[in-house]
Amino acid sequence: MSSIGTGYDLSVTTFSPDGRVFQIEYAAKAVDNSGTVIGIKCKDGIVMGVEKLIASKMMLPGSNRRIHSVHRHSGMAVAGLAADGRQIVARAKSEATNYQSVYGEPIPVKELAERVASYVHLCTLYWWLRPFGCGIILGGYDRDGPQLYMVEPSGISYRYFGAAIGKGKQAAKTEIEKLKLSEMTCREGVFEVAKIIYKVHDEAKDKAFELEMSWVCDESKQQLRKVPDDLLEESKAAARTALEEMDAD
Amino acid sequence: MQFMASKQPENSLLGPESDSQRTLYPYVTGTSVVALKYKDGILMAADMGGSYGSTLRYKSVERMKPIGKHSLLGASGEISDFQEILHYLDELILYDNMWDDGNSLGPKEVHNYLTRVMYNRRNKFNPLWNSLVLGGVKNGQKYLGTVSMIGVNFEDNHVATGFGNHLARPILRQEWHENLSFEDGVRLLEKCMRVLLYRDRSAINKLQIAKITEEGSTISQPYSLKTYWEFSAFANPAQGAVGS
Repeated sequence: MSSIGTGYDLSVTTFSPDGRVFQIEYAAKAVDNSGTVIGIKCKDGIVMGVEKLIASKMMLPGSNRRIHSVHRHSGMAVAGLAADGRQIVARAKSEATNYQSVYGEPIPVKELAERVASYVHLCTLYWWLRPFGCGIILGGYDRDGPQLYMVEPSGISYRYFGAAIGKGKQAAKTEIEKLKLSEMTCREGVFEVAKIIYKVHDEAKDKAFELEMSWVCDESKQQLRKVPDDLLEESKAAARTALEEMDAD
Repeated sequence: MQFMASKQPENSLLGPESDSQRTLYPYVTGTSVVALKYKDGILMAADMGGSYGSTLRYKSVERMKPIGKHSLLGASGEISDFQEILHYLDELILYDNMWDDGNSLGPKEVHNYLTRVMYNRRNKFNPLWNSLVLGGVKNGQKYLGTVSMIGVNFEDNHVATGFGNHLARPILRQEWHENLSFEDGVRLLEKCMRVLLYRDRSAINKLQIAKITEEGSTISQPYSLKTYWEFSAFANPAQGAVGS
């Protein structure tokens, strides 16, 4: 799959003879090296979870938030280069407040996804810019109900029922496909997301991780909130038990 | 070549900038807001009138709005400028919410922000033509402050804007005390609002009373005060007047 670009990979404004832009593909690799991020659309909302790989034992738990509010009703979970992610989140917030200012209503999730994707794509068009090294899972709840989008470093954006990016994305996608999302509530979704993240976490390669989850659902009054602590702990415990049962087999 | 000369106002010391629109006078205005601290928080009262000069044009203007979780803002003066201030505060509160870190802006912070906005606008000779009252409770601390269109700000146990300063504050100075009960506070506010109703030409008999406590804020439904017009001086107003 991976091929050396030799010569055609020096700039994002260069195509290779077989029609690939290598810089964008390399940017995607940066995303693949980060901790897993997943998002699922349940019948009453969106749940997003991040496997935050802990670089040092001295980091305070709860710091380094990876899921950011963009407006009251939507949020983004970022995988890849954190600093790049920050820039995209800042831009998304600015787009959302601008839309609210002009049109007097919260930005529809579809519109937000388009704007974020546009911005990410913008940075793949000029040689003096580099592509963003992050993938984004965007979840929100507007008049048309809960919606989930994913934006890749190339600027592609699609709407999903379930999405995963980062290290364990293949395994995570397989797990998500097994779920019956249309019948699941967000409460149940929280447990499933925790289970999946614990499952795809590679104990051998990465030691410790912190699970961060946020949701936007009827229970959170259609606002993006961190999953309440008690529910989070319950889901972590359930995920650990599920993992032990699997290992016991 | 003939250019259409743009009309430069005589007081243009700033060159091309002077063509920009500046607030020169207010158009639709609200009259006094009165507020006081009571046992559980803040009580604020304002009528629902929007005057267009001497005409009482709008009679359902809500001049008090909750701001975030901990504050209540009441405004007198230009209604459109009040709406603009609410717009700024919406964005302020939104950004505050997006941190999602368990903290939120309290009344003292919002008051400070408003003071900065009002004062900076005044320095550009383009004021927001309002007198604002900002009250709230956070972590058990009650706060009541005011900002004028020129940026004068202070906090006190009871504040008022416009005519309220002249007619309501003296009553409050006499009768306000610490730890007023809710009923006493409302009674005191109604006393002030009644005097204003009698004596302020731009007041109307349709008011709301807002309260904010640690639990949150509520703004009452509009209601009217009972008035008494049978005072002998009203019955025969010209009696004893010179030349009658």
